[in-house]
Amino acid sequence: MPKRSDIKKVMVIGSGPIVIGQAAEFDYAGTQACRSLKEEGMEVCLVNSNPATIMTDKEIADQVYIEPLTVDVLKQIIIKEKPDSLLPTLGGQAGLNLGMELAESGFLAEQGVKLIGTTAETIFRAEDRQAFKDTMEKLGEPVAASLVVNTVEDGIKFTNTIGYPVVLRPAYTLGGSGGGIAHNQAELVEILTNGLRLSRVHEVLVERCIAGWKEIEYEVMRDAAGNCITVCNMENIDPVGVHTGDSIVVAPSQTLGDKEYQMLRTSALRIIDELGITGGCNVQYALHPESFEYCVIEVNPRVSRSSALASKATGYPIAKVAAKIALGYTLDEIPNAITKKTFASFEPMLDYCVVKIPRLPFDKFITATRKLTTQMKATGEVMSICNNFEGALMKAIRSLEQHVDSLMSYDFCDMTDEELNEALTVVDDRRIYCIAEALRRGVSYEKIHDITQIDIWFIDKIKILVEMEQRLANEELTVELLKEAKRIEFPDNVIADLNGKMTEEEVRKMRYDNGIVAAYKMVDTCAAEFDAMTPYYYSVYGSENEAAETSGRKKVLVLGSGPIRIGQGVEFDYCSVHATWAFAKEGWETVIVNNNPETVSTDFDIADKLYFEPLTNEDVESIVNLEKPDGAIVQFGGQTAIKLTEHLMKIGVPILGTKAEDVDAAEDRELFDEILEKTQIPRAAGGTVFTAEEAKEVANRLGYPVLVRPSYVLGGQGMQIAFNDEEIEKFMDIINQIAQDHPILVDKYLQGKEIEVDAICDGENILIPGIMEHIERTGIHSGDSISVYPAHTITQDIKDKIVDYTERLAKALHVLGMINIQFIAMDGEVYVIEVNPRSSRTVPYISKVTGIPIVDLAAKAILGHKITDMGYKPGLQPEADYIAIKMPVFSFEKLRGAEISLGPEMKSTGECLGIAKTFEEALYKAFLGAGVVLPKHKQMIITVKDADKPEALEVAKRFEKLGYKIYATRSTAKFLQDGGVDALRVNKITQESPNVMDLILGHKIDLVIDTPTQGHGDKTRDGFLIRRNAIETGINCITAMDTAVALATSLESATTEYTLVDVATI
Amino acid sequence: MKAFLILEDGTVFEGTSIGSTREVVSEIVFNTSMTGYLEVLTDPSYAGQAVCMTYPLIGNYGITDDMESGRPWPDGFIVRELSRIPSNFRCKGTIQDFLVKHDIPGIAGIDTRALTKILRDRGTMNGMITTNENYNFEEIKPKLQAYATGDVVSKVTCSEKTVLNGTGKKVALLDFGAKKNIAKSLNDRGCEVTIYPAHTKAEEILKTNPDGIMLSNGPGDPKDCGPIIDEVRKLYESDTPIFAICLGHQLMALATGADTHKLKYGHRGGNHPVKDLQTGRVYISSQNHGYVVDTDKLDPKVATPAFVNVNDGTNEGLKYTGKNIFTVQFHPEACPGPQDSGYLFDRFIEMMGGAK
Repeated sequence: MPKRSDIKKVMVIGSGPIVIGQAAEFDYAGTQACRSLKEEGMEVCLVNSNPATIMTDKEIADQVYIEPLTVDVLKQIIIKEKPDSLLPTLGGQAGLNLGMELAESGFLAEQGVKLIGTTAETIFRAEDRQAFKDTMEKLGEPVAASLVVNTVEDGIKFTNTIGYPVVLRPAYTLGGSGGGIAHNQAELVEILTNGLRLSRVHEVLVERCIAGWKEIEYEVMRDAAGNCITVCNMENIDPVGVHTGDSIVVAPSQTLGDKEYQMLRTSALRIIDELGITGGCNVQYALHPESFEYCVIEVNPRVSRSSALASKATGYPIAKVAAKIALGYTLDEIPNAITKKTFASFEPMLDYCVVKIPRLPFDKFITATRKLTTQMKATGEVMSICNNFEGALMKAIRSLEQHVDSLMSYDFCDMTDEELNEALTVVDDRRIYCIAEALRRGVSYEKIHDITQIDIWFIDKIKILVEMEQRLANEELTVELLKEAKRIEFPDNVIADLNGKMTEEEVRKMRYDNGIVAAYKMVDTCAAEFDAMTPYYYSVYGSENEAAETSGRKKVLVLGSGPIRIGQGVEFDYCSVHATWAFAKEGWETVIVNNNPETVSTDFDIADKLYFEPLTNEDVESIVNLEKPDGAIVQFGGQTAIKLTEHLMKIGVPILGTKAEDVDAAEDRELFDEILEKTQIPRAAGGTVFTAEEAKEVANRLGYPVLVRPSYVLGGQGMQIAFNDEEIEKFMDIINQIAQDHPILVDKYLQGKEIEVDAICDGENILIPGIMEHIERTGIHSGDSISVYPAHTITQDIKDKIVDYTERLAKALHVLGMINIQFIAMDGEVYVIEVNPRSSRTVPYISKVTGIPIVDLAAKAILGHKITDMGYKPGLQPEADYIAIKMPVFSFEKLRGAEISLGPEMKSTGECLGIAKTFEEALYKAFLGAGVVLPKHKQMIITVKDADKPEALEVAKRFEKLGYKIYATRSTAKFLQDGGVDALRVNKITQESPNVMDLILGHKIDLVIDTPTQGHGDKTRDGFLIRRNAIETGINCITAMDTAVALATSLESATTEYTLVDVATI
Repeated sequence: MKAFLILEDGTVFEGTSIGSTREVVSEIVFNTSMTGYLEVLTDPSYAGQAVCMTYPLIGNYGITDDMESGRPWPDGFIVRELSRIPSNFRCKGTIQDFLVKHDIPGIAGIDTRALTKILRDRGTMNGMITTNENYNFEEIKPKLQAYATGDVVSKVTCSEKTVLNGTGKKVALLDFGAKKNIAKSLNDRGCEVTIYPAHTKAEEILKTNPDGIMLSNGPGDPKDCGPIIDEVRKLYESDTPIFAICLGHQLMALATGADTHKLKYGHRGGNHPVKDLQTGRVYISSQNHGYVVDTDKLDPKVATPAFVNVNDGTNEGLKYTGKNIFTVQFHPEACPGPQDSGYLFDRFIEMMGGAK
């Protein structure tokens, strides 16, 4: 069927801020789909509240609305833009839910807007638990015995008929939010209560527990003519019980015979055919490990995290094809963009093995429980490709950037055998390392399988790696042994460590001397059956290289930013992609190296060549040896890329832009102090230390409070404010759990207004697109602060100083390209907090709201163009005539036990934008975009530390005026009452009921303002319990007074008529 | 032990010997299926060929009952890596033991992708698998060039007639090297299936008055099956409903005046899209063929294309004009591969007058 003629203008809904369960994969899918729609001549109108995305670029869509993703906002945009069609299947669960609400309310029909991609009925039958069950029953497809319940009582009653354990799955939530396995009634009540609350329709499925079965997924596609194909199947190494987003996943399945494979494939195709899906779809199965019995777990009638993984694993562009199908094309009419010879109606065949490992945030949330359940906790993931499983696993491990590079990286040596047995039963992110230790001790495959339910095939592969460790440790390193170690991807440094007598350098030399070098193979969708056109490569050892040599044009190596983690998110992918495009425009050949399957940068047609590889010195060196780039660009890939600088220089790759020594000068305390002295820029006094003793000495010299942090980190990892010696000891202990290559910084903590600037320097002049001001005072990480552009409360004098300091610093550091500086404005003076001579988290946001293509200009500056030649006047650019506010978004409710109070270490997973003519409206929209939809019950709790009480009083007065009933704990209540607020005193948790906890669990509270006293992370403190319970019962919880003030301002200016800003016109 | 794969063009791959250590000369082909190595090994259509699996990890689930015939047929088996231990609840042994038991040589540890690219670019070639480190290519070369698969159908067909009981339609299945699942697919649909050796005379079959005749898949060049083609012609003229798969499809085409030619490197795998020209629907099919029917020499009065390969436009099936005959190049019986075109067996039963 040809393209439908009734579709001309398509509205695409994005997935909103990055949260756990909904990450960069939707930027990738949305971007690819929008490009595909534009290719077909469609006018594309995009709505997404997330400014850090590539999909919200004006190059990607014709109209771009970075507005809160609510039904009201979407309605207003539809009325304004009059699209004829709405494509809701690209924006994850968030987008799908919104599309459904718009369709169900009749609004789309009223406005003459068609839902394309998939019908509302299809979405309903796949998403609604009962409708889904009915459909499966009709088809004769087995599902686990289950019942949809709306009350805890019904859940208990049903469970009593099928027996414990049961799995609980709330309807319409993302990342399995609120789900879990209950082994007894107490757990059932807890999880069910929470799940009912989180479900949009107040429904939870109670289901027979099939934990321990193999978890298998199929990515399937169907067109309107009914043609169906499977893109890829995947096997979770972790059996059913761990959310697929938190599982180690291998593609294709490894332990299924053709009979099992085809049985499930046929089932998946029957299901999408019955549901009438047009586009991409994901079907998850549980397969009994010792029979052909299976259950359909769930169906996602949209592109998903798994489809992003399947796309990258096979080369098959699912989102692109799904978009074309939505326009009416059939699979046999859509060309295969990889081979350019065949069509989309075929099934990719892999001649390699793919391993995905989730990136879990337990390094950030040390108090959070590491246990993996059916509720997803990962913030991102890495993928690796190799022609053997062991190698793919090893490559994926070192791609994680969590100080792991082999199966020895988590040390279980000190455990007794009993303790180790016990540890094996724990399902967390360290399980494979624990299995490796068990194998080292000779525990049998059967025993490990009995405990973990992990298939013996995988256990044997881990054993192969363990055997290699032992050989490397015990045998002379012969050429044959080295070859075998490299075949299964042992990195040189691990080989050297195990060998004990050789250095990494010597191992490398031995490799080179004997021709043991990485070869590159192509991901071509067809196992080499057809000649492919797209240079998408992965490395292997012991094979023939097929990466085509290219020369003629200048060649740049763009280093990506690796897995999405807190502190280094999709923003850096945005920068990497734009840098790549900018170099391409300048006539350079571009080569991207990255390992994140969720991103746009690893899409097959972004750079001239894509290497899907770990971002380590060794892996990048291998690529350099082959590609011989004229230069590498590291300033756009976050800390991941910066860390590679030194080695790149060592192997003779010129660093384009700011030189490595200048990057060092900004990070190295002493060098940086020299520069500040030279440029006469003040900063908080401080010192560098290695030990707790030194730290205490410096702290006492400066006077508490002080800021303690490691150097060379992003996202303020490990950064804390210490108020006394005890805390110094505690924080130093935490920081030093990981060996530090660089000293730790201890600075006097200054509390003032935090200002942030991104600037471009061409070597002579600087360009500052805009100055951003934080709502929260210093002490809260910039990534977690509400950021306002243009800075609206600082004086011209301060602005001038900031511009001046920025210029001085950029020049002193010989910046060529991007620089990011954070300042404190206090008592009319400006102090530098830190300088990052690289692209930052705020670049996409500020690019969009100023309309200045920052990365593009920076890339050009790097290549020698001058700001004045690019059509800009140096210095601070004129301020926009509207206010744009970046609001951090958190995923605390997914992380049981995580401390939610904000501090110098970043905790947010994503961000959204509020843009409007006035500060108040922008703020309101920003809160709305972040999911703060108030008021509901108009009741709140305030419990603050003494220092915050005067401010809390002012805030309380404002909320009281808004009609809020205010509860407060004893001393806060007294203070508020004395100040004239009619506050109701409630008992502390430890006191008798009704106490503050009863109030929280009563589901009648909108908001908790709780500013923590010192000493975060003590799980038994009242404050911690209040905050955790508030988050887990869906109450907005604010831990900084400035945020509370901002929220009051926002609510005072609540509106339903929004100013809609088409960002593409800025 | 070291093993070598030596191609006609002089390319040599060094690997490790698997299975038998005897030397073998054969036609080297590749199969892109990611699962189903056991069905591939036991598919009689591979007789006279050594097959290279493009998926690198083979033997993961070992040997099970999923066999398409009583024994493995390829002359040789070429893999990147054989799993050290198999894991599956149905596993009865390892590929290594299976190959040794049936005296089939193989080679592991070679760059199968590089081999596949050579075959793709230069076309299917003959080659030798040997464990002799002191081979002399100049001596081997003429042997490689002289190799032809020859009349392999005689080698793989059954020696005597067998019957699978059923209460439905009576189907005569001519076994040119039939995969078990063809008979099973019919039998599962109630048919009584009588399996005849390839060289059975048409008269013998026709005198039993079958409701339909099924021509099976099989190995080799269809033009090497002269006497069989003559019998197929008689079947064509009998007006009995006929369904044919793969070699059967080619033989029927040759029997009715069409021509076949050898593809550069064939279609072997489980991902080939075929379009049903009657409905416009595309199905993903299991394929294993090196020869194909020429559509440009097709007489529309005799037969017209019914299926076409979406990738390369080659013929995938024929509908015979004025006859109750249709034939397909691909494998609706799957095993290994997608089961999408299993509906063709239903179509065949309908053609015979529907289920009893």
